[in-house]
Amino acid sequence: MSHHDVLHPETLPAEPEKATLEGRNKYLGFWFFLGGETVLFASLFGTYISLRNSTADGPSAHDMFGLDLVFIMTILLLTSSLTSVYAMYHMKNNAFKKMMLWLGITGLLGLGFLSLEIYEFTHYITEYGFTFRSSAFGSAFYTLVGFHGGHVTFGILWLASLMIRNAKRGLNLYNAPKFNTFSLYWHFIDVVWVFVFTVVYLMGKVG
Amino acid sequence: MSVTATQKRGLGSAIWDYLTTVDHKKIAHLYLAGGGLFFILGGIEALLIRIQLMKPENDFVSAGLYNEIITMHGTTMIFLAAMPLLLGLMNAAMPLQIGARDVAFPFLNSLGFWLFMLGGILLNCSWFMGGAPDAGWTAYAPLSTTSPGHGVDFYILGLQIAGAGTLMGGINFLVTIINMRAPGMTYMRMPLFTWTTFITSILILFAFPALTIGLFLLMFERLFGAAFFDVSLGGNAIIWQHLFWIFGHPEVYILILPCFGVFSDVFSTFSRKRLFGYTAMVFSTIVIAFLGFMVWAHHMFTVGLGPVANTIFSVATMAIAVPTGVKIFNWLATLWGGRITVNSAMLWSLAFIPSFTIGGMTGVMVATVAADYQYHDTYFVIAHFHYVIVGGTVFGIFAGLHYWWPKMFGRILNEALGKTAFWLFFIGFHLTFFIQHFLGLMGMPRRYWVFLEDQGLDTGNLISSIGAFFMAAGVIIFFINIIYTAAKGEKVSGDPYDGRTLEWSIASPPPHYNFKQLPLVRGLDPLWIEKMEGNGKMTPAEPLGDIHMPNNSFIPFMISFGLFIAGFGFIYHNDNMIGTIAMFGGMAIALLSMLTRSVKDDLGYHISKEELEKEAE
Amino acid sequence: MTDNANTNNVVDEYQKTKNKEELKGHLISFAMMIVATLIAFGIVASGVMGKIYAIPVLVLLAVVQVAFQFYYFMHLKEKGNSMTALLIYGGIWAAALTVTGLGAITWW
Repeated sequence: MSHHDVLHPETLPAEPEKATLEGRNKYLGFWFFLGGETVLFASLFGTYISLRNSTADGPSAHDMFGLDLVFIMTILLLTSSLTSVYAMYHMKNNAFKKMMLWLGITGLLGLGFLSLEIYEFTHYITEYGFTFRSSAFGSAFYTLVGFHGGHVTFGILWLASLMIRNAKRGLNLYNAPKFNTFSLYWHFIDVVWVFVFTVVYLMGKVG
Repeated sequence: MSVTATQKRGLGSAIWDYLTTVDHKKIAHLYLAGGGLFFILGGIEALLIRIQLMKPENDFVSAGLYNEIITMHGTTMIFLAAMPLLLGLMNAAMPLQIGARDVAFPFLNSLGFWLFMLGGILLNCSWFMGGAPDAGWTAYAPLSTTSPGHGVDFYILGLQIAGAGTLMGGINFLVTIINMRAPGMTYMRMPLFTWTTFITSILILFAFPALTIGLFLLMFERLFGAAFFDVSLGGNAIIWQHLFWIFGHPEVYILILPCFGVFSDVFSTFSRKRLFGYTAMVFSTIVIAFLGFMVWAHHMFTVGLGPVANTIFSVATMAIAVPTGVKIFNWLATLWGGRITVNSAMLWSLAFIPSFTIGGMTGVMVATVAADYQYHDTYFVIAHFHYVIVGGTVFGIFAGLHYWWPKMFGRILNEALGKTAFWLFFIGFHLTFFIQHFLGLMGMPRRYWVFLEDQGLDTGNLISSIGAFFMAAGVIIFFINIIYTAAKGEKVSGDPYDGRTLEWSIASPPPHYNFKQLPLVRGLDPLWIEKMEGNGKMTPAEPLGDIHMPNNSFIPFMISFGLFIAGFGFIYHNDNMIGTIAMFGGMAIALLSMLTRSVKDDLGYHISKEELEKEAE
Repeated sequence: MTDNANTNNVVDEYQKTKNKEELKGHLISFAMMIVATLIAFGIVASGVMGKIYAIPVLVLLAVVQVAFQFYYFMHLKEKGNSMTALLIYGGIWAAALTVTGLGAITWW
């Protein structure tokens, strides 16, 4: 396939993200990366679970966590997962502008999530004096939730650079795999969050 | 023609070529050179250890320096020598064995190498910057969290950077094997080395993240005041041990499985027989990998996990002896009745079988919980793991180097020098480590700086030290062999051994696009099939056409360099302003390089059909 | 660069219908995910369940939700993804061992 066919395809195939060998490689490679990330987060979850009660007489999960904020955060992130599905739907229909619109919404929802998380952390620090250094529980909490937050931040920056770079050139076989890879990453962030709200917040509330 | 062009371009452009290359064959050279360099460093450290322990109450090195030397010996040999040398062999041979023109992610391949290299250099910079890490290669908390100075920080950052590179290598090989096999090359027709590369890559993918997190926790604890392992704030030091060994145990299979692949290919080639029990070999590899994830706590029997946990991990560990035994018998059966050629590659492989079996046997001994309370942290354990890592991995690397050297460089290593190196190393190896079983049983603890006179340890330690010098002599002769071969070595054809697999169907060294036309594979040992049933050449699976190739890139080096600078920054950011600047500056270099990679289109280039036809003339 | 000028914007009708149907499936799985989330938060907020029952139910709900993400949103169920799925199961297995190990035997 010549460069021209990749960058300016006459028709976009049904699955543009997997039309080239590079695209298929990227798709598979990124899935494997997510497999590795699964173990990465499992290590963090395991650490958190073993240290969740090590509060060193500081505030505990039950004292601090409120469900309202976490619920809103959850809905924001879940919805952003759906909006990225919409974006990929429009990609497959070769509707570039609609894809960009839904990707934009996805990014904004992600930003909303991130703002609430920053607010939450500030709240714990100012209200309870609960920091990264106050106890083993504190270290484990901020590391686990912060690693997830870091992934969200990186995702938003990645999305922004993808959208800006491709704003004026439409879909082709070179950037379709990139958008698709981002969407996989974003779903994975949501997967991790499902376990974060379950293990950290809900179980923390239950006791 | 291309060879003379290379020579004319001069040193500067050759260096630039290697700094920017994305060709898996050149990246293999880089891995072998880098791994070889660190192998020498780790070897020198080993000699220093053996000189210190040559006689009772020796004062050759100070106690503190001794701790640094043993830590760096272990860390260097595992992460910076054995792994990259294996990745080098994989890069050199695996894509050729499956009939691929390249790996799936040439850019990541280069990035993986530079991350390893600069991570390794960062770690070794500690020698000149206030002292190397001194908490053992396992860096157990709280020893590692309370070790003064910056030694352990270098360990953390160096391994973090190198480890990221290895993870990329793993993903790259997985996708290459799944997506880029030549037509007809089904999974069950892949050579064993490709199979073990595949399984090893899965282990890398799932084991390294645990180390990544362990290192992050340690870094947060030492540099940012976290309290994961700090008992006074509710922490628990055992978490480190779990994370380290959840990574660490699969890691030993990462080190040995590729060598199993090398031996399988070598035995089959030089017995001129199909590998006996191919299917059983594949499945035993899978079973070893699967069980390898469920045995990590056998390194922690004396921690006090309780009898239930200890028993489970003990049984799982012993179970691994079964698939390993299957392999040993299959190798023996491959040799049985074969027309055997004994050359250097074969010598290393033949020597592996008894050496590794001894290591496996002592492995079952240390897996027995009640007995392990006696063996734990003694020289018995040192002897055990050197029998498997040297007798398995190092022998495997030497066998692989001898086997594929002509494929990589077009010249065959000198046999006389090769055999001399082997015998020196082989005798030295058993002298050094066999006696250590008994030193351990007599109660000599590992990691001790000195031992006392007249406790029955004097002669054993002397013998062990003498053996170490034999090993060193063997390694020196091997390196002389490399230089000799580069200068005067015998040039060989593409198929010097009457080989069986695809890599022997193309020129030595291969053209940068590997296969002009992708070969059609008709079964296991495809080249052998063509030799027996066809015209001795691979049938092309496609007409001659344009070949798509990736562009060289300097960005992998820049990303790694940014992280290298940031590594220093993280280590020193609490001490002075320059550290903080380096931390942010280095990260900025790395992230901007990544952004450049992301926004710049890189579609590669094509070698046209006409050029290919011209080259053939 | 006249961006889409030479790109045919018309994706054939069959494909379009197929994509639409797939989207319907996605909407249903999204609804299920929201329901799972609501139940999970509901259990904790109302305190109807004791700790011993609540925790397994919460974990189960999380697993169900993640299965929807993997299989529908991330297309793991599609043909040709069997190797991917196999490796992901491997990752989940390694992850489960890690969490169990750290959760169960750290304090023994």
